Amino acid sequence: MIEIGLGHYLTLSAVVFTIGIVGIFINRKNIIIILMSIELILLSVNINLVSFSIYLQDLVGQIFTIFVLTVGAAEAAIGLAIIVIYYKNKGSIDVDKVSTLKG
Amino acid sequence: MLVHSLFFYFFSTIVVFSAIMVTISKNTVYSVFFLILVFVSVSILFIMIGAEFIGMIMLIVYVGAVAVLFLFVVMMLNVVEETTKKPERKGFFNNISVGSVVGIIIFFELLVVIGGWKYKNSFFSLSDLRFVSDTTNTHMLGKVLYTEYIYLFQVSGMILLVAMIGAISLTFSKKDNIKRQNYFNQITRDKSSGVSLIEVETGKGVKLDD
Repeated sequence: MIEIGLGHYLTLSAVVFTIGIVGIFINRKNIIIILMSIELILLSVNINLVSFSIYLQDLVGQIFTIFVLTVGAAEAAIGLAIIVIYYKNKGSIDVDKVSTLKG
Repeated sequence: MLVHSLFFYFFSTIVVFSAIMVTISKNTVYSVFFLILVFVSVSILFIMIGAEFIGMIMLIVYVGAVAVLFLFVVMMLNVVEETTKKPERKGFFNNISVGSVVGIIIFFELLVVIGGWKYKNSFFSLSDLRFVSDTTNTHMLGKVLYTEYIYLFQVSGMILLVAMIGAISLTFSKKDNIKRQNYFNQITRDKSSGVSLIEVETGKGVKLDD
């Protein structure tokens, strides 16, 4: 309990990952919060990579964290641009009303 | 060691609490602020276990750029008014039942993986990028990132470029009532089209078309 090891960080990352997944499910009103939940999931992946990198004394995990960070930033920018243009067209970003394709 | 564990529990509690608040808070602006709190706490955890560069980059990229981007979009889109107008959340409890089932399943799957991890040692010794004890974290990362992973580094730059072009071309809109500069026309106009001599009659004005 006192000794903080790899398992503690992995558990933290699992908890954050689960919160992100559940957050996608329970937010059917607001698509911005869904994007934020995706950011949480990416963050938990980063926690996993960094903690393994420190535990194994191996740099590859931290390198790949930088790439995950890059892709996450690009994804946030594109997603928010899509949200902005959707709001401009429809006047609402309600997830339940996004049904033009009737998927 | 005690201080380390105390710090870990303190900041991980903040991370979990704010992550929950990101998903359940009604006001989207509050969600963005809790997201910032999550990122700050995780970067503190990273700095604490010795990944200083990643922690600082996380602070710069996520708090400085992504969270501010979220904040701008939230303020631009007027979602706050929309969500406070309709305080009842129909479908929230339907969704939370399905979501919690899926979430519990995923969480226990992850716990099984974490709790039961026993791999061969050869599984871990695939790379030879070990930590060097006499240099800093940033130094080691820089030495590796610009040599071994230079192609991936370039590709990530290309990803950012594509994202930038995509975001600009998605949100760019041409308006008819705005006069824009046309550099080609501006440079290639000459005297015959730009200057005209007009004989003005006395007592009458000149009507110029623009």
